[in-house]
Amino acid sequence: MPSPRYWREIPGRYRLEAGRCHGCGKVVYPTRRICPACRGAEFEPVLLSRRGRVVTSTVLRVSPDDFVMESPYAMAIVETPERVRLMVQVTDCEPSTVQPGMEVTLEFRLIRKEGQSGILCYGHKAVPVVAADTARSR
Amino acid sequence: MSGIVGYGAYIPRNRITSEEIARQWGKDPRSIQRGLLLEEKSVPGIDEDTITISVAAGRDALARADVDPQRVGALYIGSESHPYAVKPSGTVVAEALGIGPEVHVADFEFACKAGTEAMFVALSLVDSGRVEYAMGIGADTSQGAPNDALEFSASGGGAAYLFGRDRVLVDVLETYSFTTDTPDFWRREGQFYPRHGGRFTGEPAYFKHVEAAARGILARSGLKPEDFRFAVFHMPNGKFPLAAGKALGFTNEQMKTGRVVTTMGNTYSGSSPTGLAAILDVAEPGDRILITSFGSGAGSDAFVLQATDLLPSRRELGATVRSMLDGPRRYLTYGEYAKYREKIILNH
Ligand SMILES: [Zn+2]
Repeated sequence: MPSPRYWREIPGRYRLEAGRCHGCGKVVYPTRRICPACRGAEFEPVLLSRRGRVVTSTVLRVSPDDFVMESPYAMAIVETPERVRLMVQVTDCEPSTVQPGMEVTLEFRLIRKEGQSGILCYGHKAVPVVAADTARSR
Repeated sequence: MSGIVGYGAYIPRNRITSEEIARQWGKDPRSIQRGLLLEEKSVPGIDEDTITISVAAGRDALARADVDPQRVGALYIGSESHPYAVKPSGTVVAEALGIGPEVHVADFEFACKAGTEAMFVALSLVDSGRVEYAMGIGADTSQGAPNDALEFSASGGGAAYLFGRDRVLVDVLETYSFTTDTPDFWRREGQFYPRHGGRFTGEPAYFKHVEAAARGILARSGLKPEDFRFAVFHMPNGKFPLAAGKALGFTNEQMKTGRVVTTMGNTYSGSSPTGLAAILDVAEPGDRILITSFGSGAGSDAFVLQATDLLPSRRELGATVRSMLDGPRRYLTYGEYAKYREKIILNH
């Protein structure tokens, strides 16, 4: 992802800023100019709750180059209480334990590094509410 | 003087035990546990760094203060592991917390003391009336070279403190700093791991500065060790803070709550600030607290604090240090740990 595009998306990525349609109340994320539900063009900014529920998920074992150190890892579509769905990586857990219905929080994490010398890209990842195994033996 | 209006801490969920590290290098785990008083330490995930830890801690500090982030006029982050060599951590953290753009931002460095340094400057700016609210953060994802004594302690975590004049949770009664040129621990530009002077890090460095700062602030405030319910000293390992506290006349009971190093490790700039957060999680109104940091190079900052009536209700609005130390966590093998700490080089 080239740096200028990352920079434009900072409000949505860093603060989970979304838009609430004046016409029908639908919350859209990422923000857009026209409401997909009522075609209204006026939005007020709202912050998404930093929690949600997994709608569906998958485990990536053969990952893009920048994510090799993280694989295997889970990706999930998470729905927030505002009924917004976003696709996020799920972290701090065994990937196979991520299942539909699982409650997650959304935490600010490093998403990727632009190669060896490029910028660092931050955003949100999901963390299971009952994260990880607490067993000492593995 | 103004005081703390909000605070927050963050400790990553991954852990590695002293036993697991000792096994890798053929060392006796019991001698580490007995000698350094270290059971396990936190390990930041591949996606965690000083910036993400600062955001997590800063969010809880703002929540406990219930302050509009736009009113925060200064943000300082102390760390020796800022992710960029050139580009401030504070810019990312401010943007994520909703602070600014009308804000003064800087990254501080002073080995393990950078966190209390950020707190000192934030407090002083609020005191002066220059800004309404100011945040000081201490956070680190410390690195210890493989098979070095530091590998048993160097961990990840941090704490954030928001200072203001109204609705204060913890009054700041006094501050004191003590600094000299002492080459006990350093890292030259371009080097991956820090180096240290072995035993030289003890008497002429840690103990001299911690004890001088603590004695200095006691003299300046006219208080004695028994006037405090809690004390926390920088925690490079489990043993040093106990020895320094004992020499100063503090009891194990006063130091118990803040001495989180045994299961957290040394979070460097986040060490004594996170110990303080653990204390604020349980302190009662009127309790006096002494915090003394230490940064190699070398120096110590000390603060005398006193909890107000507001603290008990406000602390409910954020996560406690104990909930993160004792809550859900993952235990790593040395191999996983090496991967997480990027000690493995990939062929790109
Ligand atoms: Zn609409």
